[in-house]
Amino acid sequence: MNLATPLPAAARPRRRGRAAPYLFVLPALLLFSVFKLYPIGWSFVISLHRTVAGTETFVGSDNYRRLLDDPLLWTALRNTAIVLAVQVPLMLALATALAVALNSTLLRGRPVFRLGFFLPMVTGLVAYGIVFSVLLNKDYGLVNWLLGLVGVAPVPWLTDGLWARISLSLALTWHYTGYNAVILLARLQTVPAELYDAAAVDGAGALAAFRHVTLPGLRPALLLTTVLSTIGTLQLFDEPTVLTGGGPDNATLTIGVYLYRNAFTYADFGYASALAYALTLLIGLLGLVQFRLLGDKS
Amino acid sequence: MRHAMTNRAPGRRAGRSLLLTSGLAIALAAVAVPFYWLVVGATHSSRELFTSPPPLLPGGHLAENLATLQDTAHFGRVVLNSLGIASVYTLLAGTVCTLAGYGFATYRFRGREVLFGLLMLGLVVPTQITLVPLFRMMAGLQWLGTYQAVIAPNLALPFGIFLMRQSMAALPKELLDSGRMDGCGERRLFLRVALPPMRPALAALSIFLFLYQWNDFVWPLIVLRDELTFTIPVALASLQGLDETDYGAILAGTSVAAVPMAVVFLLLQRHFVSGLLAGAVKE
Repeated sequence: MNLATPLPAAARPRRRGRAAPYLFVLPALLLFSVFKLYPIGWSFVISLHRTVAGTETFVGSDNYRRLLDDPLLWTALRNTAIVLAVQVPLMLALATALAVALNSTLLRGRPVFRLGFFLPMVTGLVAYGIVFSVLLNKDYGLVNWLLGLVGVAPVPWLTDGLWARISLSLALTWHYTGYNAVILLARLQTVPAELYDAAAVDGAGALAAFRHVTLPGLRPALLLTTVLSTIGTLQLFDEPTVLTGGGPDNATLTIGVYLYRNAFTYADFGYASALAYALTLLIGLLGLVQFRLLGDKS
Repeated sequence: MRHAMTNRAPGRRAGRSLLLTSGLAIALAAVAVPFYWLVVGATHSSRELFTSPPPLLPGGHLAENLATLQDTAHFGRVVLNSLGIASVYTLLAGTVCTLAGYGFATYRFRGREVLFGLLMLGLVVPTQITLVPLFRMMAGLQWLGTYQAVIAPNLALPFGIFLMRQSMAALPKELLDSGRMDGCGERRLFLRVALPPMRPALAALSIFLFLYQWNDFVWPLIVLRDELTFTIPVALASLQGLDETDYGAILAGTSVAAVPMAVVFLLLQRHFVSGLLAGAVKE
């Protein structure tokens, strides 16, 4: 127990350690194989079957062909694409600005701010979904009441397709901006101060320094946050479920919600599995594209 | 950016500092509104909540709301379920992830890269892909509705393993070698030499795992059956689906779920944020 205690002198370095590394990683590998790898393979097998009244029939690629002309899947994809194209870039821009601000020596009380902006991340998705659904209530919500004070007519936050998407984006931004800012901030702190000095000597203003020093320095962290946000967006489930239930009129239906419905509401496991595979493929492709675009160019 | 104006124009610097600080303070206040309102909402009856203007200050219905929660959702039991599940999960998953992280960080062995890469696949592959087969697996084991069905599938959490490998890589090799010279077996070496200096990383991992399980929604929703076994998120979501939703009670329950976690996080955040970052930004 006490490191200072001399151990028996007879003990020589033992060569018993051959198996040791494997024993350390074994529990993780076993559990991972049973609960992740095996289900991933099984999911593919299920996706080739059709479940009717509890019995499975092999249908080959039928479920995959069904994907192609399923209007609801395209709705879900479009909804996801909108979040990817609008919410993710806006949030990451906001997170970058926040990280630069949090890194500035001009800011007083930095630890308080860092913590405060990170706090939403700790709140469970269900919890904040419920709070937002009440805050955004059309007739009695705090947000519309505040807007009413400045003369804005009540906004149908959760009952109109477009506004429901905006509400979902607001909730996501509230939840994840601080988290992304903290990741970016950590990277920002590794950017050498000399680079800023050099930029200043070259007569660069704050904006030029941001463009030529800060942004290139942030590149790896921006890649990480982009990839994480993309994966998260493609898997979106909790927020739309609690906030809007996928509605109104499927305006916030995501692939995750649709997959869940197919599997656990309609018991159409084969089709749900095909959806899951399509989703995986999509994540893989987008990840690849992002690595190409944002990745190391050296 | 940070030193260009250190010497000159202190007045201007102070002005900018005030501007930046107050600007961020306003932004932070906006971020805090949902938290504030959550606590306020928890203390009002549903009828008071849905009035215009909405209540802005705490009311007197917290106890009543909690009593309603207890009646409609066995909330005391639900909180205990969440505490129990999250604790057991943290302990078990923490052990699995720490062992694996140590193995990958400190040993060189055949297949190390491939095996680690395999585990990291779990970070990228969407969780949804395993939902259906895992559900069937649980049904086959007759585990549906049990706590182990909630806990078991995520024990080898790739992010946790990643986090621990990152932290364990910082262990000085000399420390381990000198332990071996002194005749320490590999098991002892891990327990007595490697683990003690890893306490901050273990704290970060524990907070992360606890929060992850405490807030998890989809999987418990799928496998839990009986109201008496529900976790907090599942119970809250089930209440929200009712025809006559008692939002005062739901917000009280949400506060119970969110506020203690926020407080724990505030107290331990030093470890959490630095531990997370050690894992997140690896270059």
